[in-house]
Amino acid sequence: MRGLLLPLLSGVALLAAAAFATLAGDAYALRLATTLCLYIGLASSWNVIGGFAGYPSFATAAFFGIGAYAGSVLQAGYGVAAPLAWLSGGIVAALLAAGLGYCILHLRGHYFAIASLVVADVLREVANSWISLTNGGMGISLPLLSIGVEDQARLYFWVFGAVAALSVAAAWLVDRGRLGFALRCVEQNETAALMLGVDTRRAKRAALVLSSLAPGIMGAVYASWVSYIDPTDAFDVLLSVKPIIMALLGGVGTVAGPVFGAAAFLALEELFWRNLLELHEGALGLLVVLLVLFLPGGIRLVRPRRLLAFRPLAKPGRTP
Amino acid sequence: MTPALSDASSTVFRDPPLLELRGATRRFGGILALNDVSLSIGKGEVVGLIGPNGAGKTTFVNVVSGLVRPDAGQVLLEGRRIDGLPADRIARGGIARTFQVVQPFPRMSAIDNVAVGAMFAGGIGDPAAARHEARELLAFVGLESVQDRPAAALTLADRKRLEFAKSLAMKPRFLMLDEVNAGLNAAELDSALELVARVAGTGITILLIEHLMKVVRRACPRTVVLHQGRVLADGPTAEILADPRVVDAYLGVRDRARRPGIEPRRDLA
Repeated sequence: MRGLLLPLLSGVALLAAAAFATLAGDAYALRLATTLCLYIGLASSWNVIGGFAGYPSFATAAFFGIGAYAGSVLQAGYGVAAPLAWLSGGIVAALLAAGLGYCILHLRGHYFAIASLVVADVLREVANSWISLTNGGMGISLPLLSIGVEDQARLYFWVFGAVAALSVAAAWLVDRGRLGFALRCVEQNETAALMLGVDTRRAKRAALVLSSLAPGIMGAVYASWVSYIDPTDAFDVLLSVKPIIMALLGGVGTVAGPVFGAAAFLALEELFWRNLLELHEGALGLLVVLLVLFLPGGIRLVRPRRLLAFRPLAKPGRTP
Repeated sequence: MTPALSDASSTVFRDPPLLELRGATRRFGGILALNDVSLSIGKGEVVGLIGPNGAGKTTFVNVVSGLVRPDAGQVLLEGRRIDGLPADRIARGGIARTFQVVQPFPRMSAIDNVAVGAMFAGGIGDPAAARHEARELLAFVGLESVQDRPAAALTLADRKRLEFAKSLAMKPRFLMLDEVNAGLNAAELDSALELVARVAGTGITILLIEHLMKVVRRACPRTVVLHQGRVLADGPTAEILADPRVVDAYLGVRDRARRPGIEPRRDLA
C-alpha cells in the first residue's frame, strides 16, 4: 500500500503546484514552481543511483552540464529544433553515464564519490578550452522561442514538470521491479548479492544511466529557459550537492522522499535567501551537517517525541 | 594441449564429475591458502570438508564460488571451466554457498531475502512469483513465523536458516554450507542436520564445511581434510577420522585443551 500511496500523493502535490502556478499567473510563483520541478527531477534521478543502489554519486552536475551544452550547441550551432535538442541532451548524458559506469562503478563508497565529483570539473575545463565548439568562457547564447514572455515561462514550467513526472514514474517502476530488487541488494550487501546471482555490474550501470537521463534533458531545457550558458553555470558543483540534500531531507531510497525533499529544500532555500542573503550558503551547509548527523533517514522519520528527547536516530546500518 | 585431450577422453567413458578442482592454488601475500588442491565430487554426494582454523576451508569455498580467483589451477563444473568467471555467473550456473558469517540483506524482509535467490539464480523472474516460492522455502526451513521481519531482527540461529533458504531458492546443483551449524545449540543442530539430510534427499550435491567432527560423522559419508592449504586426507568419513595424521593435524599434539569447539580425542576414535 505504502508503495502506491506516496507516489500518488506526490503526483497530487505536483498537480496542485502546477494549477497554482498557472492560475495565479504570478511570474514569481511560476518561477518557483518551475524550479521545484527541476529539483524534483534532479533529486528523484539521483535517488536511483545514490539511494536505491547506495552509490553516492556527485555526477549530477556533469550530466546536467553536458546536457545543457549538447542542447545549446545543437540549437545555436546547427539550428536543431528545441524539443529535439532537449532530448539529445538526455541522450548525450546517458552516453556519458554508460561510459562512466564502466570506469568508476567498481569503486565503492568515498572512492566512487570522489571519482564522480571530478567528472564535472573535467567537463568544465573541456567546455572552457574547446572554444570552436563551446565558445569557451564566453558561453553560448540560445535563440529565443518566438512566443510571448509569459507563454514561454508557462511552457518551460510544463516541460520541466513533464520531465519531473517521468523521472518520478521511472523511479517508481524501478522500485517495484527486478532492477529495484537488484539495487537494494547492492546497497545492503553487494557481496551477498553476487553470490545470489545478481549481476551487480549491470544493475549499477543501468541505475547510473537512468539517473543521468532527466538531468541531461533538464540541463538542455534549462539552457533554453535562461537562454545563455557558460561553463561555470552549466557544471556548477551545487547541481551535484543540492539533489543529495533534497533526497536526504525527504528520505533516501524511497520513491516519494526526493519529491518531498525537493519541496522542503526549495522552501528553505527561499527562506534563507530572503533573510540571510550573505550567509545563505553557510546556513545550507549547516543544514547538511545536521541532517547527516541527526536525520539520516529523512524528515519523514521525524517523531515529535523523539525530537524532544534529542537523541540521534539510529542510522540505517550498512554492511561492508 | 594435454588437458583438452584428457578432457575429451574422459568424457567418452563417463560423465565428468559435478565439481572438479585441478591443482587449485591461491596465495595471500606469503601464505599459500590453497596449495595445489585437486578434488572431484560426484553428483549427489554429501561431502564433509574439515580442517583446523586457517586450513583454507573458506578460501576453498571462495575459489569455487568465484569470489576469489585461483592463482593457478582450474575449477570445473560438469567438465566446464568456471574459474575466472564473475561470481554472479557462477551462482546462476548452479553453485550456491552460505557464508560462515551470515550475510543477509539487513533491511529486507526474510521473504525478500529469499526471493532474491529465486529471482536472480532460481529462474523465477517475476517478483510476486519469487516471493511465493520464498514463502514455501521459509516454511521448509521453519521460518514462516518471522517471514515478514527484516533480516537484521532475526536471531542468529534464524539468520543461519535464512542463509540456507536463500541458497536453496537458487535451485543449485552444488551447495556449499560454510559452517551453517556454528554457534547453534544441540537442539538447533539436530534440526539443521535434518534439513541438510532432506536437501540431500532431493539430489542436490552438498559440501558441508565443518569444525565439529560429530556433525561430519552424522551427515557425510565422505570427508576431505584440508591442512595448511593442502588436501591431507580424502575418503570414507570413519576411516578419515581415525587416521592418526588427521588427528595430529586437527588437534595439534599439545594444544587440544586450548581449542574451544573441537571435541576431545576420545570422540574421534
